[in-house]
Amino acid sequence: MTVPNLHIYVLAAPLLTAFFVNLFGRRSNTVIAILTIGSLTFSSLASLVVMSGILKHGQINYVVGNWQAPYGIELVVDHLSALMLVLISVVALLASMSALKSVSQEVPGREHQLFTLYLILIAGLMGLVLTGDTFNLYVMLEITSITAYGLIAMGKGRAPLASFNYVIMGSVGACFYLLGVGYLYLMTGSLNMADIYQILQTMDGGAAVATAFAFILIGLWIKMAFFPLHGWLPNAYSLAPTGVALIAAPLMTKVTIYLMVRVMFSVFSAEYNFVQHQLAQNIIVWTAAVGIICASAMALAQRDLKRMLSYIIVAEVGYMVGGIWLANETGMTGAILHIVNDALMTLCLFLAVAAIIYRLGSCEFDQLQGIYRKMPITMAAFTVGAFSMIGIPPTAGFFSKWYLLLGGIEAGQWGYVVALLFSSLVNAILFFRIIEIGFFHRDGEPHSHEEAAKAPLSMQIPLMVSAATLIIIGLSSGSLVDAIIKLTIPIGF
Amino acid sequence: MSYQTSIWPLAAVLISLVGSIPIMLSGRRPNVRESWTILIALGKVIIVASLLPAVLAGGGFEFTIAEVIPGVPIALRVDAMGMFFALVASLLWLLTSIYSIGYMRALNEHAQTRFYASFAVAISATLGVAFAANLLTLYLFYEILSLSTYPLVTHEQNAEARKSGRKYLTYILGTSIALALPGMLIVYSIAGTLDFKVGGILTGTGVAPQTLALILILFLFGFAKAGLMPFHGWLPAAMVAPTPVSSFLHGVAVVKVGVFSILRIIFHILGPEQLVLADIGWIITTLASITIIVASLIALTQDNLKRRLAYSTIGQLAYMVLGAGMLTAAGMTGGLLHIAMHAFGKITLFFCAGAIAVAAGKKYISQMDGLGRRMPLTYLAFMFGSISIIGMPPLGGFISKWNLVLGAVNGDQLILLLVLLVSSLLNAAYFLPIVYRGFFAEAADPVYDQGIKEAPTFCLIPLCVTACASLALFFYPDVFLRLAQLALAL
Repeated sequence: MTVPNLHIYVLAAPLLTAFFVNLFGRRSNTVIAILTIGSLTFSSLASLVVMSGILKHGQINYVVGNWQAPYGIELVVDHLSALMLVLISVVALLASMSALKSVSQEVPGREHQLFTLYLILIAGLMGLVLTGDTFNLYVMLEITSITAYGLIAMGKGRAPLASFNYVIMGSVGACFYLLGVGYLYLMTGSLNMADIYQILQTMDGGAAVATAFAFILIGLWIKMAFFPLHGWLPNAYSLAPTGVALIAAPLMTKVTIYLMVRVMFSVFSAEYNFVQHQLAQNIIVWTAAVGIICASAMALAQRDLKRMLSYIIVAEVGYMVGGIWLANETGMTGAILHIVNDALMTLCLFLAVAAIIYRLGSCEFDQLQGIYRKMPITMAAFTVGAFSMIGIPPTAGFFSKWYLLLGGIEAGQWGYVVALLFSSLVNAILFFRIIEIGFFHRDGEPHSHEEAAKAPLSMQIPLMVSAATLIIIGLSSGSLVDAIIKLTIPIGF
Repeated sequence: MSYQTSIWPLAAVLISLVGSIPIMLSGRRPNVRESWTILIALGKVIIVASLLPAVLAGGGFEFTIAEVIPGVPIALRVDAMGMFFALVASLLWLLTSIYSIGYMRALNEHAQTRFYASFAVAISATLGVAFAANLLTLYLFYEILSLSTYPLVTHEQNAEARKSGRKYLTYILGTSIALALPGMLIVYSIAGTLDFKVGGILTGTGVAPQTLALILILFLFGFAKAGLMPFHGWLPAAMVAPTPVSSFLHGVAVVKVGVFSILRIIFHILGPEQLVLADIGWIITTLASITIIVASLIALTQDNLKRRLAYSTIGQLAYMVLGAGMLTAAGMTGGLLHIAMHAFGKITLFFCAGAIAVAAGKKYISQMDGLGRRMPLTYLAFMFGSISIIGMPPLGGFISKWNLVLGAVNGDQLILLLVLLVSSLLNAAYFLPIVYRGFFAEAADPVYDQGIKEAPTFCLIPLCVTACASLALFFYPDVFLRLAQLALAL
């Protein structure tokens, strides 16, 4: 089946639906549910079609409004962006099913507002992976960030404060990115990625281009919460409404890592990143290693499941940034595979958290006593996600970690290898602590509104699907790497 | 050697995994549940036994489950060494299943369904380790085994059990992630494969002796289930588990999986010849010798019967590693054979300990004086098991120990000979008094001359069978001997 420009509709579906949700969603939640799930189902199916088209025919370039590149905005769908598109739409679909229930419990009466922003956020994320233009990328980045600020601020208690903190940090990051793009524009006179790439090949950039490169990277690092620029993330994700954390936690950091890959290899080149800046490369890998260790250690200190997972996300960002900067193919394979795996396992764990919070009203460790007896299915899926985080085969997490570790050994980056192993061990402690509390402690006090809210099927099904996916992806990671990931490795390796 | 593709290895592994579903579903009807357990155990033995003739004829089977990493699929292969271990594990599992019915019912244990289900997963993983075609597959099942036995260790759910469970996971999971995983990655980055091959895959790669030593040490400690000191602490702690768990998992499956993995590494990854060339066999034998002597000495001081057995196990496991580390034909054969011989002997002893706990409620050796007169069959079986482990004829343990002694002499490693002799004396010193006091000492508790009888029949039969099997293995060790020779390509 070939539909011309299908990838535009993947993005357009949630974007347009967002307005309908705002218009018609005030009256009933059913309408919101139908619109949201419907549009995301369409996006998921369409993105799969786009993916198979890319695998057959290769990259698609689309010129928006028929303004030719390098002046107009170009959308580029290559293997990597197609993969991200599938990932975003599928994760968004699964997350939104669960979010619908969670939101109507946590933010009653404002569902239509939340889901309007929610769908725009998803559209923004899709735009980020589709665009082939550095300034358009900035626009999309701000769309996702601003919707995220709003969504997070809808949470209870100190959520507006966390959101404000995120606004400050996020804006600083955006400024850095924009300044970097400005420098590039000064030097090359272009905003189109492919165009800049060509021009940079022929010119000796010197300090100005290096500054642009550094500014863009720092901007993205703030947005992805790369240690030590991660300060905004734990509060933002743990205080946000659970339904929002469901989409933000698996996707936002991962998409930003995609952006880093995109900028590094489609605007600059592997040669520029790794050969001309070897010292920087070493420093970044070491920072990633230190970040992994620190974030893991901070995760140990948490007494709340959601906060613990937030710190694990920060550690995982270090995995991927480090993997990319190892500057070899194995590390890159590991990093890209880990983008997929980490998104799915974070989704799985957050879906479980959403179900727990829906039933217990909280996910502090003290509340979790006897949870395995109360919610056996949820906790079974949680356990699968936990094993994947620890990296126990045959769950998906093991295989990306395998490539990352192997890449680290090949590159001789022993600090990074040790950090990964350390973090695996810490994850084992973190999750087995919860398993011990939930499984082997005698039941705790009965909860106040426990019987009132059993986690409904619409929360359980996406959870089970995501847990099953972790095992399926793990077992088929060989063919996944061969068929898709290998093709997404940027040229230059 | 040619391997034919066959689904049966997978069936042998999966039967108990799939079987855990009906076990869980029939949780409310104990008779149905236990029938399933026995049926599945029986099915497993039959499948494994049906694969045996082809392996003895020098062939084998293989089955690829999934391609996961270039050159390293998740795949099963039934070769001589795997068959050796699978045979021991599946036979003893059948007996343990019967035994645990008697034990768990007599003590009216809680959460029996979880117990049987975890057990079923654990034995699946054990066979998976046995039939693993490469190191990655082995690692996968090794980890599944660690995780599935965790609920068994913490079965009691009290503070002590939880603490032991924590210790268990810290040692087992911690070492496998921190040591075995990087070891595996280093091997892969050197050899480009993780396939088990007779003679080793690192042979001819020109790997430096230092690297080889590093890999060796990573695996010796990384597979902490083998209990090499100083990573042995989990085993005595894990004795809080119900006795069927201790007997099967911590006498046979779990610990032997550790030794089996180390032996796989020495025989089929690093390669004995390579180790001889690099002259690093002494690392293995030194670590093993220290463990043998120290564990035996500690065993002497233990009053809790199960803990004494646990320390004895640690010492005996090191025998197997020691044999492999001698790197002589007889030594390696002895090490491998000791897996089987020790399994039958030690499971008998654990069964007896459990039977005593069920019938008399006693855990401490000092309280067991005179008990043998009330439980003659149990004590007789205990004596058989002890003699086998001490390594005296006419019991199976003699065969393996004889080979170990031969290996030490052939390799001119007379110090190792001394270690073996001293250890045998220590074994005798910590086992025989139990038997002697049971039969001949004055009863510690007047009750022993009245009410207490033998344990329930379900408990009694398996321990008699394993005791007799230990005896039979002295006269007919052929199958295991042949498998060991095939595994080492002798």
